[in-house]
Amino acid sequence: MSTVLEMKNITKKFPGVLANDNVCFSADSGEVHALLGENGAGKTTLMNILYGLYQPTSGEIYLKGRKVEITSPKVAIENGIGMVHQHFMLIPALSVVENVILGMRQRRGAFLAIDEAAAKVKDLSARYGLAVDPHRKVGDLSVGERQRVEIVKALYRGADLLILDEPTAVLTPQETDELFGVIRHLTAQGHTVIFISHKLNEVKAISDRVTVLRQGRAVTTVKTSRVSKEELARFMVGKEVLFDIEREPLEPGAPVLRLDQIEADNDLGLRALKNVSLEIRQREVLGIAGVDGNGQRELVEVICGLRKASRGTVWLGDIDVTNASPRRITELGTAHIPEDRQARGLVLTMTLKENLVLHDYYRPPFSRGHFLNWKEIRDHSRRLIREFDVRTPHEDLLAKNLSGGNQQKLILARELSSQPQLLVAMHPTRGLDVGAIEYVHRKIMEQRARGAAVLLVSTDLDEILSLSDRIAVIYEGEIMGILANHQVDIGEIGLMMAGVKKTAVA
Amino acid sequence: MAVGAAIIRFMGLDPVSAYRALVLGSVGNLNAVGETLVKAVPLMFTGLSFAFAFRCGLINIGAEGQLYMGGLLSVCAGVFIKGLPALIHLPLALAAGFAGGGLWGLISGWLKTRFGASEIITTVMLNYVAIYFVSYLVTGPLKAPPGNFPHTEPVAVTAELPRILAGTRLHLGFIFALLAICFYYVFLWHTREGFELRVVGQNTEAAKYAGMKPSSSIMTAMFLAGGMGGLAGAGEILGVQHRLMQAFSPGYGFDGIAVALLGLNTPLGIFLAAVLFGILRSGGNMMQMMVEVPIALIYIIQALVILFVVAQIMAKPSGRRRLRSFLRDFRLFEASGGAGRIGSRG
Repeated sequence: MSTVLEMKNITKKFPGVLANDNVCFSADSGEVHALLGENGAGKTTLMNILYGLYQPTSGEIYLKGRKVEITSPKVAIENGIGMVHQHFMLIPALSVVENVILGMRQRRGAFLAIDEAAAKVKDLSARYGLAVDPHRKVGDLSVGERQRVEIVKALYRGADLLILDEPTAVLTPQETDELFGVIRHLTAQGHTVIFISHKLNEVKAISDRVTVLRQGRAVTTVKTSRVSKEELARFMVGKEVLFDIEREPLEPGAPVLRLDQIEADNDLGLRALKNVSLEIRQREVLGIAGVDGNGQRELVEVICGLRKASRGTVWLGDIDVTNASPRRITELGTAHIPEDRQARGLVLTMTLKENLVLHDYYRPPFSRGHFLNWKEIRDHSRRLIREFDVRTPHEDLLAKNLSGGNQQKLILARELSSQPQLLVAMHPTRGLDVGAIEYVHRKIMEQRARGAAVLLVSTDLDEILSLSDRIAVIYEGEIMGILANHQVDIGEIGLMMAGVKKTAVA
Repeated sequence: MAVGAAIIRFMGLDPVSAYRALVLGSVGNLNAVGETLVKAVPLMFTGLSFAFAFRCGLINIGAEGQLYMGGLLSVCAGVFIKGLPALIHLPLALAAGFAGGGLWGLISGWLKTRFGASEIITTVMLNYVAIYFVSYLVTGPLKAPPGNFPHTEPVAVTAELPRILAGTRLHLGFIFALLAICFYYVFLWHTREGFELRVVGQNTEAAKYAGMKPSSSIMTAMFLAGGMGGLAGAGEILGVQHRLMQAFSPGYGFDGIAVALLGLNTPLGIFLAAVLFGILRSGGNMMQMMVEVPIALIYIIQALVILFVVAQIMAKPSGRRRLRSFLRDFRLFEASGGAGRIGSRG
């Protein structure tokens, strides 16, 4: 195999950030080369440089031994480089073939040569097992199909080297398998694929070689078959990652949260929670397992006062907080890590320090009378940023400029600093990389050890199993059963997630 | 400016002398400076009016109507209350102006929180109500005897905003406008309520999650926005006109939108943008008199300024996103027939 691409000593500086630090990267023809790293490690920056979206501060790029200056995506395309971004760049109202030829000179006289293009698209999809109908409207396609259109688009423009930026983030497991099939077709015919990911399983499954980036630096490049997942994880985060968290046995204390026959509607006015009763005690994690969209969101919102319960009672300790205001529930010692950190957990366009006092801005010491005490807020923010290791130059940065993991740390800092009685965490590690996931898990376990009751909602069964003392399975708004962790049988949980009821309650 | 010059050239006039007239008329002498600031005062208030609402995620197109209602209430306080010392009478008249505009804005706020009615549409519609209501009053019940002119009686001297610069028409309202800008800054960035207002404006979902009440922030924002519009009217009546008449505002309310956008809704930006527009306005008069360049050219230059600012924002991707969402809201407003109103400036 010959070397197709060489990137030598690439450095890219952004104001205040060194995104790539002297990175060397190469790819051979016909290989799948994975680029692995945590969020913010500089993977996408490196590839955006290759695709001409950024110019490197220093460093050189060679294609097939020839030095090139890639000043724009147009130049990249001319050099046979194609990129499929995380967010697709397709126009839903147009057909597949129209999207494919968009922006290309592809004319016969004054008319577009649609038919010829369509024939070529068909030909390409047959050759690489892409299964795309050129005449369907993109708006009617599934996410997986759209991604295939993007791949076809790149191939149509003559790409030999294909960059896939976190291609599986938006796919279902089945679609991921299909994508892997496509990738194998591509490499079998001599194309080179650069596969950006932070998911170890996928990197192991699809790549020939892997380059690990950490904090902008290339840590290592190895043959995938020669390393284990654990080793890769260690390269990524620079230290040993605990895949199995130590859950020390603790004696649960008094009940903190009690739901008694709760019912509630969803946004469409349909019954989303049916007769839900559960109890969480101090020093206990109750995991809610289930397929997404079975009432988990409504359950969390009812507990936190963001949704009205139509029946039943919510008790915090011995206080009835059914349909109390979110502020009262917070003041009674509830912390909430919301499902969507960008939509609900943070105000992205405001600074870190403003986000850190989102709950407490109105009371001393952060405010005196009607006036905010910025000095106190700043000191408090600096303290939390240090304590929770939020990676940021200063507290006046806008929250949107943090990486996903640091955004989640920011939320943890705010929620946990109040020493809550009850922690409600919904999908707390969704979209995070290994290091951040471990961090979040450790923090949750710290809260448990400190004496808090934790309600953990997750669709990730591994997460539920490794953190929870007891596991409740929810299906269509009903609790199918509650099991103690040590009695769990995965098969049984699977059945319950599919709607089979369990009668014995632990 | 250069494009404006080209247009003047195209009209067969001399751009150099036109711009000389513009500069002379706006900052050429003390009187001109005074005139510029007199014109900038209501623009600062209406700019703040738009900005207050905008910071809470609302689009207030209603500063013009709020200005009329503010003018109306301040004139009532100024004319019908007699025998008070100026120290009490003037603040009372100003407060009446603030309340008039504030309550007018509050109507839109209430319609929004109670029924979910778009404030863009309700503020535009309330403009018409306010303008025609004032028209009716000054031609009817409030017309000053003997009744030859459609205006009210003058306000008592004790309610007038005194001149603060000898030889000019610059009045105390200028100081109040500066104070209002300070208030805008302090309120939004140093008080609890202002913090809530900004959080609601940036992310309503997060505001609810943090235990804030978006509806009360919306009411506060619309009251303050309306109040600022009302002060624009009160300042104009108590400081310049001294009586209420039909169409006493040459579209200050609508220009305030441009002032706020040009100033990026920041305190200093609003001040500078208002002064710039004041320069164009007062210099434009001189330009018309000396070089016979029609005053409409000033509107063209104003529009160009806005266009260039928008283009600059567009150059940044984040700005593009913000602009797009703003335009989406604006299209809604356009559908209500409101854009024609801005274009034709009443």
